[in-house]
Amino acid sequence: MNVKVHSFHGGIHPPENKKQSTGAPIGMAPLPKRIILPLQQHIGLPADAVVKKGERVLKGQLVAEAIGRISANIHASTSGTVVSVDHHAVPHISGMSADCIIIEADGEDEWISHQGLNDYTSLPKPELIEYIRKAGVAGMGGAGFPTDVKLHLGDDHIVNTLIINAAECEPYITADDMLMRERAEEILGGIEIISHLLKPLHIMVGIEDNKPQAIRALHAALDKSELNLDIVIIPTKYPSGGEKQLIKLLTGVEVPGGKIPADVGIVCQNVGTTTAVHRAVKHGEPLISRIVTISGAATAHPQNLEARIGTPFAELLDHCGVKRELMHRLVVGGPMMGITVDNEQIPMIKTTNCLIAGNAQELPPQPHAQSCIRCGMCEQVCPAELLPQQLHWFAKGREFEKAKHHNLFDCIECGACSYVCPSNIPLVQYYRFAKAEIRQEDAEQRKADHARIRFEARQERLEREKTEKEERRKIRAAEAARNQAAKKDAAVAKSATPAAADAPLDLKQLKTNAAVARTKLKKAEKALSNAQAKGLDGVDTLQDTVRQLQTKSDTAQQAYEQAQQAPAPVATVDIKQLKTNAAVARTKLKKAEKILAAAQESGDGDIAELQASVTQLAAKSATAEKAFKDADAGTGDTAPAQPAVDLEALKADAEAIKAKVDKAEKAWKAAVESGSPAADKMAAGVDKLKAKQAEAEQQYQQALASAQVQQPAVSAARLDELKADAAAIKAKVAKAKKAWKFAVESGSPAADKMAAGVDKLKAKQAEAEQEYQQALASTQALQPAATINLDELKADAEAIKAKVDKAEKAWKAAIESGSPAADKMAAGVDKLKSKQAEAEQEYQQALASTKPQQLAADSAAESDNGPAAVTLVDMKELKQQVSIMRTKLKKAEKQLEESAAGSDTSTLTTEIEQLKQRHAEAKATFDAAEADKIAAAAQQGIDLKQLKIDAALARAAVTKAERALSKADDNVNVSELEQSLVVAKQQADNLNITLERFSE
Amino acid sequence: MSAVLIAVFVLLALGLVFGILLGYSSIRFKVQGNPLADQVDSLLPQTQCGQCSYPGCRPYAEAIVNGEAINKCPPGGMSTIEALADLLDVEALPLDAEHGEEQVQAIAYIREDECIGCTKCIQACPVDAILGAAKQMHTVIESECTGCDLCVEPCPVDCIDMIPIETTLNTWQWPSPKPGIELIATDRTPGIARGGDA
Repeated sequence: MNVKVHSFHGGIHPPENKKQSTGAPIGMAPLPKRIILPLQQHIGLPADAVVKKGERVLKGQLVAEAIGRISANIHASTSGTVVSVDHHAVPHISGMSADCIIIEADGEDEWISHQGLNDYTSLPKPELIEYIRKAGVAGMGGAGFPTDVKLHLGDDHIVNTLIINAAECEPYITADDMLMRERAEEILGGIEIISHLLKPLHIMVGIEDNKPQAIRALHAALDKSELNLDIVIIPTKYPSGGEKQLIKLLTGVEVPGGKIPADVGIVCQNVGTTTAVHRAVKHGEPLISRIVTISGAATAHPQNLEARIGTPFAELLDHCGVKRELMHRLVVGGPMMGITVDNEQIPMIKTTNCLIAGNAQELPPQPHAQSCIRCGMCEQVCPAELLPQQLHWFAKGREFEKAKHHNLFDCIECGACSYVCPSNIPLVQYYRFAKAEIRQEDAEQRKADHARIRFEARQERLEREKTEKEERRKIRAAEAARNQAAKKDAAVAKSATPAAADAPLDLKQLKTNAAVARTKLKKAEKALSNAQAKGLDGVDTLQDTVRQLQTKSDTAQQAYEQAQQAPAPVATVDIKQLKTNAAVARTKLKKAEKILAAAQESGDGDIAELQASVTQLAAKSATAEKAFKDADAGTGDTAPAQPAVDLEALKADAEAIKAKVDKAEKAWKAAVESGSPAADKMAAGVDKLKAKQAEAEQQYQQALASAQVQQPAVSAARLDELKADAAAIKAKVAKAKKAWKFAVESGSPAADKMAAGVDKLKAKQAEAEQEYQQALASTQALQPAATINLDELKADAEAIKAKVDKAEKAWKAAIESGSPAADKMAAGVDKLKSKQAEAEQEYQQALASTKPQQLAADSAAESDNGPAAVTLVDMKELKQQVSIMRTKLKKAEKQLEESAAGSDTSTLTTEIEQLKQRHAEAKATFDAAEADKIAAAAQQGIDLKQLKIDAALARAAVTKAERALSKADDNVNVSELEQSLVVAKQQADNLNITLERFSE
Repeated sequence: MSAVLIAVFVLLALGLVFGILLGYSSIRFKVQGNPLADQVDSLLPQTQCGQCSYPGCRPYAEAIVNGEAINKCPPGGMSTIEALADLLDVEALPLDAEHGEEQVQAIAYIREDECIGCTKCIQACPVDAILGAAKQMHTVIESECTGCDLCVEPCPVDCIDMIPIETTLNTWQWPSPKPGIELIATDRTPGIARGGDA
């Protein structure tokens, strides 16, 4: 069958230089001492070594396994020992080294047991292809594409034409030529296997007309074969051996850019590959050797050798008698597309088809490139019909995008353009560079896109997590709010009525508000004047603020005054008290007179002083008497005719009895505990005493109730005011002093002036205090027994509270038992509660208004014996009393609980109520005393409360540290903890000492 | 006269019709987001390293669209600057050294024996390229690592190295040909034979 030969564009006719190496038949390369097998001899992923150092391998044994689809097995090409799997120089244009399996040949060249397939047609195609794959066959024309992949093309492509590439267009190379001349049968055998796998309609062998002997040999072999194929003779022209060019020549079909021949139904295989396939299938021999042309002007015996894969170039060159002194360059591959290497230890691989040891004339150094003269010769020779000149410009100017648009990737890098370039421009190198750059950019772009996707996914995830967290938080907050609201509701329901008690304004609070407003106003005024003096900005705003504050202050003051007027204490003159006072004064006077008389008799002591005190007391006594008489006269008509019961005495009696009872009880308990027989008697005594106590107390209460007296209203209010003034001035003094000290410290020149101001203020303070004292003294005479009133109020409040408690308890019980009276009870409880609130308020008001007087009166009464201001109640004692009361109360309560099942709970209940009352009393006294203490401490610039809190905190720190220490017994940080404990203790001790000093 | 009126009315009608058409399409075919920022973002290397002082490549891309300098991306280097200059039609500035220098591409490597499993590097990684759990050894997924360096600093035991990516046979690239001496034709040395002429 005659096949019409087409033509492709361009092409060149370089000197062939093929005759040198075809003179001798294919020789056998000597067995090298070392075999170096690079793991990558093909396109695709490098194979993975399956042998280890020191392992003995046989010829044909698998030493590296293919990874992935596009990869190829590698086999040992001779028997020997694996010396190492390490980096070694490989035939690559970069001159880099790569992983290689290095085998020390043992010289025996011992084959591994291998056997071919007798009838490959009986095998399923995939298995047959797998068989070929196992043999590690890769394209031997130059690219080294794994053959099995190409044989699989029949699976998803319609292959109608199989082209066997025997063109071998590059100069010097004669490996395929010699192969065809000597082993045509093997080639046809391989073609048979391939055509069996691909089932093409048409098989063509493309061969250049410069190989007549090979053509003859092929024809001869074909005659003996049953194969139906066309041996197509094509004109010699470089690069007719290029895949796409050969297809164009043989079929006239042009493979579109970016596609493979299989897309147009064509598969190409190299003749060398067909031999390898034949050997693999027929003999079971893996690809471990190939024909390689050794040529070049420096070679004494240019010829083709069948050499083992992995043979170092040096052995081959030595075998062919290459004269190193003549050799200028060693080129691997053809002169057009080959690479120059400078290391003779580089091994030959599956794609090495030629070694050219050229001398200086043959392979001169690349002359310097000159400017492009736009001659257009490159375009004339380009077999891919590209515009090499344009591509050159784009590559040089790094305009890769444009180069891409000019179909840079269709360039087959044949080198024809470089060959013809009169300016010696290394065009192909430019294209390779541009291609590499574009590929890298693409790879980077892919990676960047990947990274972006991951980054965005991460951002999204973080965002989502954040919102989820926020939502969870919100849900939690809502839940908490709901819980809180429920709690609040319950609390509101509980204290619905007492809340009403809050309605009346708290006098104290109002006063504080007024004072705060005043202070703020003053501050603002100061700032304003300062700003005005300095001419600062914002004077207007300051003025506004001052105005606002003024109104606020006014309102506060007004509110306070109004409130003050409304609940003015209904104090009444206590004639009895006055009488008592007079009596006390008299007694004191008598005592003093007695002492004076004794002193005069014995003649020692400071008689003058005693006399002075006597006169003073006499005066006092006179005043007291007078006051009593005045009051008596004033209220003479309305004064109730009552027995002059000495309340104080009664109280003292009651207390004494109580103390006795306590003592007796204690003794009794001790007796019971020790099992004394007198316990019974004692119990009886205690009972008696208790009865007495009850009696006394009753008496006292009665007396208290009967001693209803009135108090002067005006004096209290006046006194309060005076006291407030004094306090304000005192605060001012303190402030001024502080400012002065600061000024002195900072060396301000205004210190002197400030000192003067402080002195002035001090004088004012003294004045105010004096005034206050005077007022106090003047009211003292009329001082009612405010305590009595107070006590009563308190008692009332307590009683109501007890009632409320009871009622509540009853109510709860009713609710629990589902009684229908619960509603009514609730109403009753509410009523009682409101009553309680009222009573308490009353009591508090009375307390607030009378306390100062009371204290002042106390101090005034004792002014003879010591400085009036510092006289204070013994805190410790008070506290003790409070705690004693508490303990008693608790005891009684416990008793009640224990005897709850029993009969007589009512007495206990009353007792408890009494105790409660007393406890409250004691506590109130203590609290009042403590408040005074705090005030006193505040004068010294120390906040007692704060101090107390600090002390408590310090103590807590100590306990914490101790606990941590006890827990951390096996821990390493014990010393550290101990240290911190010591520090905390020290601090706590210091604070405690300070606190004690101030509360003494 | 009527001819003039007809012309006026026809033109008015046409104007109205096209106006409505354009108005509708400007709403219907409104471009979502900022396409220029997308383009700029696609040119950035996406290491998300933050060396530009923006928290990632996308924010920097948006800043560039809003007039930020284009030379603040050390991982992208000169090629990115050139691409950006090309896209935005501005002058390609040299890399701003303030934000770092163009370095060899590297990937993070965790010395696994020293890793204490604190997860700090996992939180720092902008592309989730580090695998691990609390108190477990962490490791870098090599193919996902952008070499941004952000994981190195938070490591409390300093067990993360930035290892430059080695060139292999597969990643090797043809270098740019050295430009020859651009002689004029008459300076050409005679007698230098060309390869293959023999």
